[in-house]
Order: sequence, then C-alpha cells, then structure tokens
Amino acid sequence: MEAWSRFLDTFFNPDVMERYFPAIMKGVAVTIEIAAAVVVIGTLLGLALAVMRTFRLLAVNALIVVFVDMFRALPPLVLVLLAYFGLPNVGINLPSFAVLWLVLALVLAAFAEEIFWAGILSIPRGQWEAARSTGLGFLGTLAYIVLPQAIRLTVPPLTNRTIAITKNTALGTVIGVGEILNQATTAQSFSGNATPLMMGAIAYVILFIPVVVLGRFLETRFAWRRI
Amino acid sequence: MEAVMQQFFNLAIMERALPLILGGLKQTILICLIVIPLGLAGGLAFAIISLSRLRILRWPAVAGIDFFRAIPPLVLLIFIYAGLPFAGLRPSPMMAVAIAFFLNTSSYYGEIYRAGIESVGQGQWDAARSTGLRAYQTLAYVVLPQAVRNVLPDLVSNTVEVVKLTSIASVVALPELLYSADMARSVTFNSSPIVLAAAIYLVMLWPIVRLISRLERQIAT
Repeated sequence: MEAWSRFLDTFFNPDVMERYFPAIMKGVAVTIEIAAAVVVIGTLLGLALAVMRTFRLLAVNALIVVFVDMFRALPPLVLVLLAYFGLPNVGINLPSFAVLWLVLALVLAAFAEEIFWAGILSIPRGQWEAARSTGLGFLGTLAYIVLPQAIRLTVPPLTNRTIAITKNTALGTVIGVGEILNQATTAQSFSGNATPLMMGAIAYVILFIPVVVLGRFLETRFAWRRI
Repeated sequence: MEAVMQQFFNLAIMERALPLILGGLKQTILICLIVIPLGLAGGLAFAIISLSRLRILRWPAVAGIDFFRAIPPLVLLIFIYAGLPFAGLRPSPMMAVAIAFFLNTSSYYGEIYRAGIESVGQGQWDAARSTGLRAYQTLAYVVLPQAVRNVLPDLVSNTVEVVKLTSIASVVALPELLYSADMARSVTFNSSPIVLAAAIYLVMLWPIVRLISRLERQIAT
C-alpha cells in the first residue's frame, strides 16, 4: 500500500501537476504550431518537387534525387545539430524553433516527394495518352487527370510518414525549443519529481492517438489497389 | 565559401576526430545488433497476438501498438532514463535504449507484420489446415513466408528508420556515432565532425534507401 502511494506521489503528484500544467500546455501549443508548419510546407514542397520531376529534365531530376536520398538516409537529429550549431558560424542565425521547423519540413518534403512520385508513376501510360488525345496539354493532363488519381493512392503512406515526422518535434528539446518534452524535462528537474514527464507523455498520447487511429482508417479506406 | 569549407569540411579537424567517431560507430552498430533483432521478434509476437481470435489478447495488443506508435521515441527514452530512477530503478543508458527501442520498434514492426499476415488470403489458411498442418505450422511454413515477402519493402524501410533512430541515444549520453561527433564539435567549435558522422550514416544507409525506392516501385507497378 505504501509502495503504491509512493508511486502515485512520484508519477501522479497532484500538486506538481497543478503547478506545471500551464507550462506543459504552452509546450503543447508550440508542438502543434511547429507540427502544422512542418506538415504544410513539407507536403507542398514534396508535391512541387514530384511535379518538377515529371518534366524529366536530367540535371534537375538528378538534384532532386540527391536531395531526397540524403534527407531520407540521414537521421533528423544529425541534421538538427548540424543546422543549429553550424549555420551561425557561416553567418546564418536562425532561432531554434526555425531550425527545427526547417529541418523537419525538408525531411518530410523528401519523403513526400518519393511517395508522390511513386503515385504519379503508378498511373498507367494510357491515362496520359487518352488525356492528351482529347486535347489537354501536358500541365492540364497532370493537374486534372494524373495528380487526382496519384494523390489518392498516396494518402495512406503519406499519412503514416507525416505522423512519424511530426513526432520528431520532440527532438527540438535538444536545441532548447520549448515544446512538450522540453517543458516536461525542465519541470522535472525543477520539481525533482517525475510527474511532469508523465504529463508530457500523456500530452503526446492525447495529441497523436487520434492521428494514429485516423492513419489506420485511411489505410483501409484508400488501400493501394493492386491488380 | 571559404567559411563554409572551414566550418563544415575541415579535413584537419575531421582527421583528429576520426578515432573518437569510429569508436562511436562501433557503439551504433552494437545498438543496432541489439535493437533490430529484439524489435523484429517483439513485432512478430505483437502482430500474432493482435490477430488472435480472443478479445482479451487482441485488444491489449492493438492498444499497445497504437500507444507506442503515438509516443515519440525520444519521449519514451527520456521517460525511461530520467523517470524510472524516481521509482528506484536505475537503467544504464544502454538498458534504457534497449527498453525504449524494444517498445517503439516492435509496435512499428508489429503493424507491418500484421498488414503482411492479413494480405495472405484465408484460402491459404484453410488449404494448409486441411492438409493436416497445425495452426502454428500453418503460420510458420505457409502464411509467414508469404506475408514477409509481401511487406519486405516496409520491413527494410523500417529497419533504416531504426538505424537512424539510434542517434537519439546520444541524448542519454550513450557514446554512439552522433554523441561522439557532437563531443568533438563542442571541443573544436567546428561542425566538421558532425559532417563526418553524417557521411558515415550516408555510406551505411544510402544504398539501402536506393534499394527501397526500387522495391517500392516494383510493387506499385
């Protein structure tokens, strides 16, 4: 019984909870802001790159592939540290949240480009030819025929990847972005109690469980139809 | 341009940091050798339980998979490393990494296996069972080989994610590749050691990333 109350006191201490609730909520707001900015810029940039790739300009495509491969192969934390500590020395001073946002948006753009491109490639050539023969131009075919079908196919893999990358906002704690984990660890060291960490974990679960469940729903709803 | 070369591609500093960074690489490989087999085995167990016909088994497994996919791995790691000591348990950095990665990666692998097993038609089960194979034999000899083949690109791509994820072990002071590089950075005030570490990650993972692109495209068409 005593062990149980000590456990509650350590991980679910009501006084500590009350004291640090505002700080954790501030962290939640920062996490949501950065995550939203990452998702918007990352997917749009990824789509733009995939569309650019359909023009099949050799040099441009080579650059896109190199960018995409590098950002898919490098751990995001490596990129965050590189940008945060390296850029100021070459005269680029960015606040830490901007570094986190930029790095995660580029990582998402790389994965999104690959997914959109696979979607575009999966549209049969006959669709292109039929659309062109009705008099639609290249861009018209892309915008009205190919992309609507391709994007539908990309919803499940893109959702899962987006969830994984927005969770990386927690990496911001390493460079002092005031997101949930950062607020939680700061509060934990001030209070000498593990309750804030528990609150942080709970905040993440509340934020992300709906997205994870939505991701699974989309996966069945928009399943890749294999022939 | 001069400043960029000096700050990011300083060969003299890279050379000095190399022994430290290679030591870190060894730790990174060691972590991978521990957490990837653990995750693959745990994921298979998670997947089989989450497809069980018994609701008491299925529901907790599905809830567990969703829970550990919703929590960022770094949060899990810090919770285990900095939170458990309050409960009287003091995991070493390696132990904390192993536990956090086990929980996180088994959920991801579990979800992939589950999709794979579901992609094998019911007819395969029925046919195998009717030849006299037992349930576990059907699973092991008939369903799993096909399931794994169907989701191979996802398994490989998740493994790349796990290798990349080992870099967060640096946050709990486990001297792996990124930690060693960051140590060298903070001593030299120069980012070249991190560029060197990034180059090592690239050499390890780029070929696999290329391979995944190819595998994915084969399946899409």
